[in-house]
Amino acid sequence: MEYLIEVKNLTKRFGGLVAVDNVSMGVKEGEVVGLLGDNGAGKSTLIKMISGVYKPDGGKIFFEGKEVKIDSPIKALSIAIETLYQDLALAENLNVYSNIFLGREKLRKVLKFINVLDNNYMHDESKKVLKRLEIEVPSLRNRISTLSGGQRQAVAISRSIYWNAKLLIMDEPTAALGVTEQKKVLGLIRLLRSQGIGIIVISHQLYDVFSVSDRLVILRRGEKVAERNVKETNPDEVVSLIVGAEKVAQRSD
Amino acid sequence: MADITITTRKNGLQKFFSQLGNRWAIIFLFLEIILFSIISPGFFSVKGAQVILINSPFILFLSLAETFVIISGGIDLSVGFVMGFSSVVSAKLIVAFVGLGMNDLLSIIVGIVITLCIGIIPGLVNGILVARLKVPPFIATFSMIGITHGISELLIKGSYIRNLPPIAGRIGNGSLINIVPGKTVSFFISPTIQRGDQLIEILPTVFVIPFIFILFFAFILKSTKFGQHTYAIGGNVDAAIRAGINVKTHLIKIYMLSSFFSTVAGIMYVFRYVTGKADAGAMFLLDGIIAVVIGGASLYGGIGSVWKTLIGCFIILVMENGLRMLGVPTFYKLIVIGIILIFAVLIDQLSPELIHREE
Amino acid sequence: MDTNKNSILSLSQSLLSILARNWALLFVLVLILIFSFTGINFFSYKNFQNIFHLSTIYLLLASSETFVIITGGIDLSVGFVMGLSSVLSATIMRELHAANFTPALSISIGSIVGLIVCIIPGLINGVLITKYRVPPFISTLGMGGIASGITLVMCEGFPVTFLPPYLTGIGNGYLIYILPGKAISFFNRPEGIAVEELRNLIRIIPNSLMFNFIIIFILWHILKNTKFGQHTYAIGGSMDAAVRAGINTNKHLIIIYTLSSFLAGLAGVFNVFQTGIGNFTPFTAMYELIAIAAVIIGGASLMGGKGRIFGSIIGVILLRIIENGLHLSGVDPFFRFIAVGLILIVAVVIDQLFPDLL
Repeated sequence: MEYLIEVKNLTKRFGGLVAVDNVSMGVKEGEVVGLLGDNGAGKSTLIKMISGVYKPDGGKIFFEGKEVKIDSPIKALSIAIETLYQDLALAENLNVYSNIFLGREKLRKVLKFINVLDNNYMHDESKKVLKRLEIEVPSLRNRISTLSGGQRQAVAISRSIYWNAKLLIMDEPTAALGVTEQKKVLGLIRLLRSQGIGIIVISHQLYDVFSVSDRLVILRRGEKVAERNVKETNPDEVVSLIVGAEKVAQRSD
Repeated sequence: MADITITTRKNGLQKFFSQLGNRWAIIFLFLEIILFSIISPGFFSVKGAQVILINSPFILFLSLAETFVIISGGIDLSVGFVMGFSSVVSAKLIVAFVGLGMNDLLSIIVGIVITLCIGIIPGLVNGILVARLKVPPFIATFSMIGITHGISELLIKGSYIRNLPPIAGRIGNGSLINIVPGKTVSFFISPTIQRGDQLIEILPTVFVIPFIFILFFAFILKSTKFGQHTYAIGGNVDAAIRAGINVKTHLIKIYMLSSFFSTVAGIMYVFRYVTGKADAGAMFLLDGIIAVVIGGASLYGGIGSVWKTLIGCFIILVMENGLRMLGVPTFYKLIVIGIILIFAVLIDQLSPELIHREE
Repeated sequence: MDTNKNSILSLSQSLLSILARNWALLFVLVLILIFSFTGINFFSYKNFQNIFHLSTIYLLLASSETFVIITGGIDLSVGFVMGLSSVLSATIMRELHAANFTPALSISIGSIVGLIVCIIPGLINGVLITKYRVPPFISTLGMGGIASGITLVMCEGFPVTFLPPYLTGIGNGYLIYILPGKAISFFNRPEGIAVEELRNLIRIIPNSLMFNFIIIFILWHILKNTKFGQHTYAIGGSMDAAVRAGINTNKHLIIIYTLSSFLAGLAGVFNVFQTGIGNFTPFTAMYELIAIAAVIIGGASLMGGKGRIFGSIIGVILLRIIENGLHLSGVDPFFRFIAVGLILIVAVVIDQLFPDLL
């Protein structure tokens, strides 16, 4: 099956530091790929190149088979790549549906020429997408600052889904959540996968990654050191790949 | 649930403030009016209200400017001197056009239009400095004080401008409806009256004009994409960027808008006092910011509204006028407003959950 | 070969870094050079003494603002607190003098009371900012209004006059007076000089300069070499980190704002000595904004964590030299406003362009 997104030899330097070095990987439709690595391994830089925050210094990105230049976050959004950052990027002072429609507000015309926000439409549409994802939020007119961490996560995910994401990148989706809420988010990821969305998950929580991913890509110091099918590996091997201890392990064999 | 337990654990004072919530500003305004009505005879009268409205345009425009800037998370210190700058520019232009033999009214209109175009330049520069060159708003706009002040002083060489056409003053001191019983009715421009004529004035022009702006821009802020993005940028600039909002362009527009309002304030000054002065807005340097904060906006951005600002303005205006009518030296005003300002923020700090719950 | 290249690179980089760090100083030197050609009597010992002498209040206000800005705060009340202490101490001096106290006693009591009272606004600011989370901008703005109001009520909008004698003798005096070939004396003019000889009298080191030097040295020492200074930077760099490191940030910030107010009070009292009257701060004076500008020019960041006393001093001197130099060059005073604005923008843009170097 062809990749939904494929990156080839992606490289990013910051001054003298090579943050991402010649990394190639791909994600298929309806597939969850876990991106693993220690702090500073280059995970964030890699996804920021895919989501248009950073410009790569080398390499190519292919989306649905065609080469694309993702030079801004807007460009990424326009080809249906949605990114969920750890900090969720929600405007806490705005309400739920305003956040779901942030930057892509639905407008209606008053007196045939004045564009105003179509609050009712945005409210109803947001309600639909939340329902589709089985998410419960007290009221869509509540400000984000009144919601719990899990609810915020759910709102952020709904936003991506509403805009028909084909590829969803999630940075630490379960960090800073309670156990119950973590379960819900993982369930949500499975639900999205079943709806045919390609997903890249970055997480430090190995258990979470193993429970939702199909494939794992492991980075160390900016380089891709391994790619494993979840069914053909185990947490111990992955940990040693992350910290670079596989050679030590081999020697002790 | 967690929130509720926290609330119940609060002490009496905090509970009091919580219940007051951010409706306190309007409550305070009413209390203020009632207080002055009782202790100051003549305060609660048509005349008293007229005086307040006549004094209102400068703070209304400058605070309208700050409302947009502050909600976007910035600050504009230059509004007062942009106001002075535009008062000088517009007065000079009008006098020059009249000197060229142009019709008075036409001179005024052309002068205003050109001033509005020039007046947004400081905002454009501020916006570019803030959005593109990452200069903190405080510094960028403070620098603009020096620049606009210097230029306007150079334009008038330390003096003030005379010889404006008299019709300017008749607009600035006219009312929406001016009635001389049995003789004439005029709109906006005060009529020439003979000695002994009675003149009935309804709503000063200098209030009607800012009020139209307020209505329009309250709508812009509340109901349009532009307004929504202003809130988003102030609330979480990263979220705004990632949502594809062009934050840089938006901020430049915000600072230009701020300068635009300040420019209109300067033009109002010309009508009201029939002159242009470089330091016309010096006394209002921070009044706009104070009104916005008293109205309940947050200097961290993302919170506030045009209507809240309006309440903030009137808290100050009523206070000023009330104290003046009581014969209290104006110095006391500074103390009272300083206390109200701190009090306003204290209440917000002590009742955060109510503010958040409000939409 | 390679190491050689590297060392040249690092040398040029560190040179660039020194330049960026001290660009304000460089700018001062360039201005001095230019004004020496254009300004009448600009490059003279007397004029430089004069520049320092007239910078006294700005030096003090900028120093106080430096501490506050390093913590990531701002103090908009300093100008008005200065006015308060000036009027308050002058009023007390006048009343005591009128009640037949000796000048020395009137002056001492007036100064001390002025200084003590002026820490109150800072204390209140500190408490509001730390305990009640009022943003520094608002708290100090409100406090500035209150201080200004109290000052004006006290002096009814007029400068306080009829003060005891000797005030300006101290404030405008010099450490050393030399009448070439005839007499030398300290602190006071040599006795019995004829009026026509006055113009030959050489005055060296104004008292204000010494006073500034001592205060600045103490503040520099506190900021640079003490735990208190370290904590000040830590709070500005990361409040969370400072809290977790066990710094009592609330107490620290209260001290910072109190110090700021105290220095403003000191500026006010010294202003009485310099002018011989109690000056209120007009509402449009913008002292605090100028002080903040000087601190920013000196390399501090409004985001906190960055700034040096020395830098702020350079900032003040830069602004004063522009004023003085343009004035002596016969330039319209209003160009100075523009020049200050432009230089400030340049300062911050440079700061933004070389963030790593600074």
